[in-house]
Amino acid sequence: MATKLPPTDAVVVGLGWAGAIIANQLVDAGLKVVGVERGPWRDTARDFNIASVTDELRYAQRQELMLRTAQNTITLRNNPTQTALPMRQWGSFHPGNGTGGAGNHWAGITFRFQPEEFRLKSHLEERYGADSIPDELSLQDWGTDWEEMEPHYDAFEKIAGTSGRAGQLASGRQEGGNPFEGVRSSDYPTPPLKQPYSPTLFAETAREMGYQPFPVPSSLVSEAYTNPLGVTMGPCTFCGFCTNYGCANYSKASAITTVLPALIRKENFEARTHCEVLKVTTDSDGRRATGIVYVDSAGRRWEQPAEIVVIAAFTFENVRLMLTSNIGEAYDPATRRGTTGRNYAYQTANNVQLFFDDKNFNPYIGAGAVGMGIDEFNNDNFDHAGLGFFGGGSTRVTPIGATPINARPTPPGTPRWGSNWKRATVDNYASTMTIGCEASNYSSPNNYLSLDPTYRDRLGRPLLRITFDFTENDLRMAQYVTEKTAEIARRMNPRQIVANPRTGPWDGRPYQSSHVVGGFVMGADPSNSSVNKHLQVWGVPNLFVVGASAFPQNPGYNPTGTVGALAFKAADGIVNHYLRNPGEMIST
Amino acid sequence: MKTLVGVTLALVPMAGWAASTEYQDIERGRYIGVLGDCAACHTANDDQPFAGGVPLETPFGTLIAPNITPDPATGLGRWSYEEFKAAMTEGVGKGGYHLYPAMPYPSYTLMHEKDIRDLWSFLQTVTPVENAIEANQLPFPFSIRSVMMGWNWLNFDERTFEPDPEQSDEINRGAYLVESLGHCGTCHTPRNFMGGEGSDKFAGATVEGWYAPNITPNAHVGIGSWSDDELVEYLQTGGNRYGFASGPMADEVHHSSQHWTEDDLYAVARYLLSGAGLDSSDWDREPPEPLPEDNPQVAAGSHIYFDRCSGCHTPNGGGEYGIFPQLASNPLVNGDNTTSLIRVVLAGSRPVATDAKPTAPAMPSFAWNLNDEEVASVLTFVRNSWGNAAPAVSAGEVADLREEMRGN
Repeated sequence: MATKLPPTDAVVVGLGWAGAIIANQLVDAGLKVVGVERGPWRDTARDFNIASVTDELRYAQRQELMLRTAQNTITLRNNPTQTALPMRQWGSFHPGNGTGGAGNHWAGITFRFQPEEFRLKSHLEERYGADSIPDELSLQDWGTDWEEMEPHYDAFEKIAGTSGRAGQLASGRQEGGNPFEGVRSSDYPTPPLKQPYSPTLFAETAREMGYQPFPVPSSLVSEAYTNPLGVTMGPCTFCGFCTNYGCANYSKASAITTVLPALIRKENFEARTHCEVLKVTTDSDGRRATGIVYVDSAGRRWEQPAEIVVIAAFTFENVRLMLTSNIGEAYDPATRRGTTGRNYAYQTANNVQLFFDDKNFNPYIGAGAVGMGIDEFNNDNFDHAGLGFFGGGSTRVTPIGATPINARPTPPGTPRWGSNWKRATVDNYASTMTIGCEASNYSSPNNYLSLDPTYRDRLGRPLLRITFDFTENDLRMAQYVTEKTAEIARRMNPRQIVANPRTGPWDGRPYQSSHVVGGFVMGADPSNSSVNKHLQVWGVPNLFVVGASAFPQNPGYNPTGTVGALAFKAADGIVNHYLRNPGEMIST
Repeated sequence: MKTLVGVTLALVPMAGWAASTEYQDIERGRYIGVLGDCAACHTANDDQPFAGGVPLETPFGTLIAPNITPDPATGLGRWSYEEFKAAMTEGVGKGGYHLYPAMPYPSYTLMHEKDIRDLWSFLQTVTPVENAIEANQLPFPFSIRSVMMGWNWLNFDERTFEPDPEQSDEINRGAYLVESLGHCGTCHTPRNFMGGEGSDKFAGATVEGWYAPNITPNAHVGIGSWSDDELVEYLQTGGNRYGFASGPMADEVHHSSQHWTEDDLYAVARYLLSGAGLDSSDWDREPPEPLPEDNPQVAAGSHIYFDRCSGCHTPNGGGEYGIFPQLASNPLVNGDNTTSLIRVVLAGSRPVATDAKPTAPAMPSFAWNLNDEEVASVLTFVRNSWGNAAPAVSAGEVADLREEMRGN
């Protein structure tokens, strides 16, 4: 039995990007907020000390910042005919843990989704015909639009100090920025980072070919920056220990470097760490969330009643909590009924390696989000008529830092060990670069999240099961964008290029991307979405579920900028609409 | 509010003065308590303000600050105002025993009567907490309180604050705050062998394993190169471009100066920067010549600096405003006493976080990967680069502090 605690105005589950932002906005609106976090309290000074943080074995190989699979993991399979098996070591993706969440070890790439994305289904039907979308895809609109989203992107970038160069301002097209972005209400808070050699070379070539390269927008700040909460960040030093690591230099934006130092000082806020939420409690007819039940590190169970419940964990746990709490109807791929678990999607990661003889890229200089990109082959920026697929990818060179264990680029045919392998490493370490193409992944009726019938966590709850494979659409798209990328690579005239388009079936072992999205998607129609455009659960108006779980499909961009914007959007809905008139916010 | 009225009514007759205490007197007294930073020593637990319990390490042994809530058995509940005043201004407790000057009565003796009275009014509104404390943890013979009679005869004058008619009201207000309530000299003035404040006023002193730096107007080792805005920024927000308050000064900012009015902070800054109250011969010295680049320690230290330090403090020592202190032309690194410098390199440091500056960026520990000679070299390099000039740091000094900190 859970011990009932005194009620609070709002409880926020998860203190990563989304939870920290929403908690801060609600506290500033005068609400008393309790934040509940599954993992530890993380702090730059203590946990990401410059003298010890550059430890590849500890952080990249042994995955110290990630959720322990013994605490909670997922099971996976490619299709409903298979039996899913649990992941015992993270491979394809890296769920985070503790305050800051996956936002501690993210790369920092901070795109805004393009205006068309928020009405993707309508947009494609308008451009290519009402029946142009193949049956294997379940694309849909988000129930919101660019005008509603833009202020929230702006708010997030100002919190994160995002560095970059605007491509579209109200005053018009800006030279050197991304020409395909939506019109911005303001420029980036900090100027673009300086570029290492490989992105510079890529951008020069791309420009010669008529493309329009731009600095990849990055929440690694380029100069000391104090955000609107008064929290200060220091400039990125290109140390090369970034993706998979916490930042020791206060340069990579995360909840712990931008929000929590200010939030934790506020009297109305309380954080409870090492507390794992078991379920959302509801009243007898399920029309109202009454709070949450969680278990602390001593194994004691507590019930925290709250007037407003915000679930802002990682995609997987958001969806699992909804399934275990019986919120909404679980999705059934046979009947295509139900919304909880529906439209799970991923990212289609492709790349082309370039082996040179005469270059030294100093590849240890790097950062998760320093680089140059082009968007000519992303999303619907090119004509898809007759191509046989929709979608595309962000083509870019982002040297993340070539660390000693992981970065051993050798051409195909090189032995995997021994003296020839060592020699090949020496020959290629400094003179190899990669062009990535982080491409869209469009949702399909066959890709979904559900509760595993066999495997349970240590508390006896079913694990979340992923049923996923790449669609024909995405595999064709992967071939196309990778060939376009290879064209640029050939123009750069390396000794050898190796093109790696994503091919099926999805393999959960090698790392691809932590951009797992959907499963509790937003929209305008309760029959195919779980939350409305305010991230408010249909039919349970005091429950909000926020994060990439709300994406109906995934464009060719990294998700975090949009997660941050949705967090501000949800908070705006609660503070400016819900509190004034508690109930469904359909018409506002 | 219930507690406030109840306690006040209960104690007023006992206190022997009939004047009713008004809201504004109590509020004023609360601010006097902030200026005097009573909480630094008398509040160990934020849930029990003024219930005492903070240990203070002195060269003579440990003292624990007593409970000053109105609890009758363990606090000041049975004290009269006159007894309280005697403690504040004479260092004599109820019944005639002598306080140790860890309680800064040698500074508080300068307090205006009105300030003492309002502080007393405020303290009586505090929630009484039963918390018995034995303040005196000193070893013999210092544990004999009557030794303080002789100490007072040599080191203490009971007096009141006299404004200097030559100076502006603001400078006089600053003088009062610095010399009396703020008791800056308690830490920043070197103490003589008896623990009394010595003659080199504000020249810097070691306190609890930290160096409370020189706060004279000397531009090289003091704060003479700081603007009044920079000094106010430091006291109000916990940091400026030269550094962030750490160690005991972090407690001071946390409990006290971040809550001061801006007028009071500027008064303090302008008084300290004016040198009023100091003999200029005490601080007006020529800076030394920096050690040459080919000095072996400077040369070795430059390599360590570029490897270990320049990522944050930047290659030219300029730092990054608001997060990484500037080391160039920084009087805090030029001081004669290197205790704090060695300490932050060895142990790292977490400065104070304030509402104005919540980041509290930390200096990491290098004790595990820099040996004594390397620490001495990098500090010698920093102390003789980019406008700094100061004597070399020896490996022996580093070894001594490393050993002392290990003992703690």
